[in-house]
Amino acid sequence: MTIDHLNPPTGLIADNVIGFARALRAAGLPVGPGAVIDALNALQVIDIGKRADVFTTLEAIFVKRHEHALVFAQAFDLFFRAAEEWKHLLDSVPLPDQAKRKPPPASRRVQEAMARPAMSEAQEKPEEQEIKLSVSDREVLQKKDFAQMSAAEIAQVTRAIAAMSLPQAELRTRRTQPDKRGLKLDLRRTLRGSLRTGGDIIDIRRLGLIDKPAPIVALLDISGSMSEYTRLFLHFLHAITDARKRVSVFLFGTRLTNVTRALRARDPDEALASCSSSVEDWAGGTRISASLHTFNKLWGRRVLGQGAIVLLISDGLEREADARLTFEMDRLHRSCRRLIWLNPLLRFDGFEAKAQGIKMMLPHVDEFRPVHNLSSIEGLIKALSAVPPAHHRSLIRPAA
Amino acid sequence: MTATSAFPTSVDATLELLTARGYLAERSLATVVFLALKMGRPLFLEGEAGVGKTEIAKVLSAALGRKLIRLQCYEGLDVASAVYEWNSASQMIAIRLAEAVGDTDRDQLSSDIFAERYLIKRPLLQALEPDVAGAPVLLIDELDRADEAFEAYLLEILSDFQVTIPELGTVKAPAPPIVIVTSNRTREIHDALKRRCLYHWVDYPSAERELAIVKSRVPGISAKLSQQVVSFVQALRDQDFYKSPGVAETIDWATALTELDARSLTPQVVGDTLGALLKYQDDIARMQGDNLQKVLKEATSDS
Repeated sequence: MTIDHLNPPTGLIADNVIGFARALRAAGLPVGPGAVIDALNALQVIDIGKRADVFTTLEAIFVKRHEHALVFAQAFDLFFRAAEEWKHLLDSVPLPDQAKRKPPPASRRVQEAMARPAMSEAQEKPEEQEIKLSVSDREVLQKKDFAQMSAAEIAQVTRAIAAMSLPQAELRTRRTQPDKRGLKLDLRRTLRGSLRTGGDIIDIRRLGLIDKPAPIVALLDISGSMSEYTRLFLHFLHAITDARKRVSVFLFGTRLTNVTRALRARDPDEALASCSSSVEDWAGGTRISASLHTFNKLWGRRVLGQGAIVLLISDGLEREADARLTFEMDRLHRSCRRLIWLNPLLRFDGFEAKAQGIKMMLPHVDEFRPVHNLSSIEGLIKALSAVPPAHHRSLIRPAA
Repeated sequence: MTATSAFPTSVDATLELLTARGYLAERSLATVVFLALKMGRPLFLEGEAGVGKTEIAKVLSAALGRKLIRLQCYEGLDVASAVYEWNSASQMIAIRLAEAVGDTDRDQLSSDIFAERYLIKRPLLQALEPDVAGAPVLLIDELDRADEAFEAYLLEILSDFQVTIPELGTVKAPAPPIVIVTSNRTREIHDALKRRCLYHWVDYPSAERELAIVKSRVPGISAKLSQQVVSFVQALRDQDFYKSPGVAETIDWATALTELDARSLTPQVVGDTLGALLKYQDDIARMQGDNLQKVLKEATSDS
């Protein structure tokens, strides 16, 4: 198929490419102005009569992640089937960034601060919200179940979580840096140093290996049964993401969603909002084994490679508890350095692993911890900072 | 004439060039290769292991008559092993010699010691050097294995094609090398790096193309067997495996089968040689028994 509207005057090509880039941006692809110039240059060197070549060329420039390829293909199809109509459409519709712009998160908080939100008022007396929590209240808060907290208390906890100092359990990398007590000889700096004295006295310089915080991968269950906890956990994960470089966060209910990028937004409210907008199955059912399967297959090798610690946050109430669950849990366990299962159900004193799903998952975790109040999160942070048990320090695990 | 005259002048010519060297590429791949050559931009190839990402660099260097410089990435890769290093042992000897002859002019010694002849050039620096045959092909293989710090270092090299050595000054390439970067996606590569490159996802080939690849790479294979091999492998890719077989595995398997004098696929032969295709015990276990029979039946029915 030949594209007539691309052949005639050059001005039209430029218009089309710019319009197309705008359409892609509206569809969520990060297309910068540099890419548009690249595209125009590239179109000058290929035969633009061939639709497939134009497609590949533009794809090579505009698409930088495999996930975007499908969106690109659809946009290309739509756009270059009826470029003129599309152009009109773009003219009449307000620009995406203006149309979609959310109120800045800070202003929302200001508004909330001025007028208390209606949603939680039914449950609590207004005067309680005004009182600043005293030290003893703080102690109560430590033990209080997240599920029973009022809005004000949740806000308090959120702040407490953000203020917690985060674990820095470190892994040795293979990169080096100058280190007086290092084991490797830094010949280059030694030589440079000795030249200063005319080559006489050799002051030995050394290199040591750099330690880096271990990557953390969190898998958070957002099914209906976990709904009272998810928001706070997201705050916790946001706080971790903010403090560290290598944190990946996945949400799962009936399907798995990677929200790492969404959580990177500095402001917690903005991060959580963009997180929830990227998830389609919020507070729905649970399919742990299917979600773990997706994770193991698509993401495991990409995010667990560098000795990651996995936080699996779930109540383990799985409907389809079968051999597949065991298999996926086992695989997850074998591909990470340490698998910590955080389960809010553990808050009940006489908790016993009776549910089939929990029974199947338990043998494959390194640690099983409660996570339902502030002190349990603090406990978790301590556990994360601790030096992992000796057999976990080696990246090569004994066969399970 | 400049070396650029050797570059193909159209997508079709690029396709021909690759085919002539035994690389049967999809048209889309030929298009991005052509663009990368024409625009002088690095080409970033992503895709599953064994789909021919590395091979394209080898074929390009052979076809264009350029030197191939390969940088295999690994965790901990640093400037000393990727760009340059000083030959400290030789430098040390030079210092001792200077001492022995009583030459103690420090500045002189310093400039003698940090001269180019004591410089050990690693792949990235080699790629920036002028070459009579034209700028070399630089293959930065499996970038996802290197750590982020190295990736950030590459940004400067890939956009300006220059390296700064504090003691010597800046080395700038007279002509930008043809850069191919590959990644198996064991880790995400930063967008900043991808932005400087043309990006292409290398997919598994279609059955038709894979058949052509097998025929050209495994001479002496019978038409029937090659047909069955390709159908079987294509069927395996539809299954939910942790690691689907790539083209490299198809070629390995076809070679293995011809070595065993297999005429056609039988459950026995497939079961014995499955390790050439599948590399995970879990995957192999899933293919035993009924599942194997079923896939095999489908693969052999249409030949």
